[in-house]
Amino acid sequence: MKYIDEYRDGTLARSIAATIAAEAAIDRRYRFMEFCGGHTHAISRYGLEDLLPANVTMVHGPGCPVCVLPVGRIDDAIRLAMRPEVTLCTYADLLRVPASGGTSLLKAKAAGADIRMITSPLDAVLMAEAEPAREVVFLAIGFETTTPSTALSIDLAHKKRLGNFSVFCNHVLTPPAIRAILDTAHLPPDERVQIDGFIGPAHVSTVIGTEPYRALCAQFAKPVVVAGFEPLDVLQAILMLVRQMNAGHYRVENQYIRAVTATGNRLAQSAMTEVFAMRDTFEWRGLGQLPHSALRLSDAFAAFDAERRFCVVPVAAADNPACECADVLRGLKKPADCKLFGTTCSPEAPMGSCMVSPEGACAAHWTYGRFRDRIPARAAA
Amino acid sequence: MCLAIPVRVEALLPDQMARVTLGGVSKRVSIALVEDVCVGDYVLLHVGYALTRLDPAEAELTLAMMHQAAVPGMPAMAGAIR
Ligand code: SF4
Repeated sequence: MKYIDEYRDGTLARSIAATIAAEAAIDRRYRFMEFCGGHTHAISRYGLEDLLPANVTMVHGPGCPVCVLPVGRIDDAIRLAMRPEVTLCTYADLLRVPASGGTSLLKAKAAGADIRMITSPLDAVLMAEAEPAREVVFLAIGFETTTPSTALSIDLAHKKRLGNFSVFCNHVLTPPAIRAILDTAHLPPDERVQIDGFIGPAHVSTVIGTEPYRALCAQFAKPVVVAGFEPLDVLQAILMLVRQMNAGHYRVENQYIRAVTATGNRLAQSAMTEVFAMRDTFEWRGLGQLPHSALRLSDAFAAFDAERRFCVVPVAAADNPACECADVLRGLKKPADCKLFGTTCSPEAPMGSCMVSPEGACAAHWTYGRFRDRIPARAAA
Repeated sequence: MCLAIPVRVEALLPDQMARVTLGGVSKRVSIALVEDVCVGDYVLLHVGYALTRLDPAEAELTLAMMHQAAVPGMPAMAGAIR
């Protein structure tokens, strides 16, 4: 496929990796966090870590919306779906996320709740139109990539005057999460993730642009390179980060120039500001409560807010204590460090959210990376 | 679920919709988020909505820079830093 195949050339990948190895100073460590699950997936799938020299390492970040959604929100969604008048629509990835007490949306569906899988929020709006007797609730989730489409679907429901459509909103924002990862001064030393630079999100940045990362770069003195999701994109971004570090720079650079501009997609941004408002605070799995890190429906669109329509009262819920998702999401642990990895926890029977979504670090490592664990770590170059 | 796929716009439809082909399958998608979409443009498709247009010139430039990066010691081309 055009715009995909040319960025997956294995020979070119090995050559770029050789350049990285030639330019990375042997006496220096280069630890880069890829924020996005999409990058985590590409790094695992194409075995990019095997191409890199031993002193250039990747740390997986929290950029997977399914992974960072706290258990309590899934519990809330299940309670909504159990109401007899409600049809709950959502993306497939969410169905298998473990909720409290060993349940999940999938198990609730099997128990009779009307839960339907959709691939676009538009489907939920059309469903509400076609079935006026049902209360159609769209369980919305995602970073800035996905938020504009939810905004337009709410706008469409508004134009169609649908009284039976609402959204249970879990849209979260990228820059506050990057800040939470880097802002470690208040943490004990063993909980401070060591990162020298960031690979910035691909599709999120098509919407928000590269500008929002500038303040983060300056505040924490770390380089950020926004990169596409194909393997050559990731390798080129790593080279750009190595070169910035060698030059002593910490700038925002854009590798993904074919899709990302400095200012982003204005239409998408205005759709979001019209329909959504900032929440004071929101809980993230792994990162805890983060101020101004998530969106709710704005007062003008309150009629479409499932939380208000059904008076959802959040109930705090604890993660499975054996699951290390929280530390995996903060980059403190690798999936294989978790005792449940590959034994009790696998994509068929996930114990934590990181094993559910294909972009989750545990799922990516299970699918592509687990065979590497048997091979002793490469000797330091 | 964060993935977006490049697709070619085959036809423009009413109500800011367009027909695209995705792995040989024809699909109706919304182009309400992208200005001035033309037939033949490639857009990134995400949950039924085009997110942005792919810029053919910048795509070429990226490939050229990748080929340069494959040669050790070659400085990054001007334009890499935006
Ligand atoms: S392997 Fe499973 S239980 Fe362990 S951190 Fe990953 S998702 Fe959680």
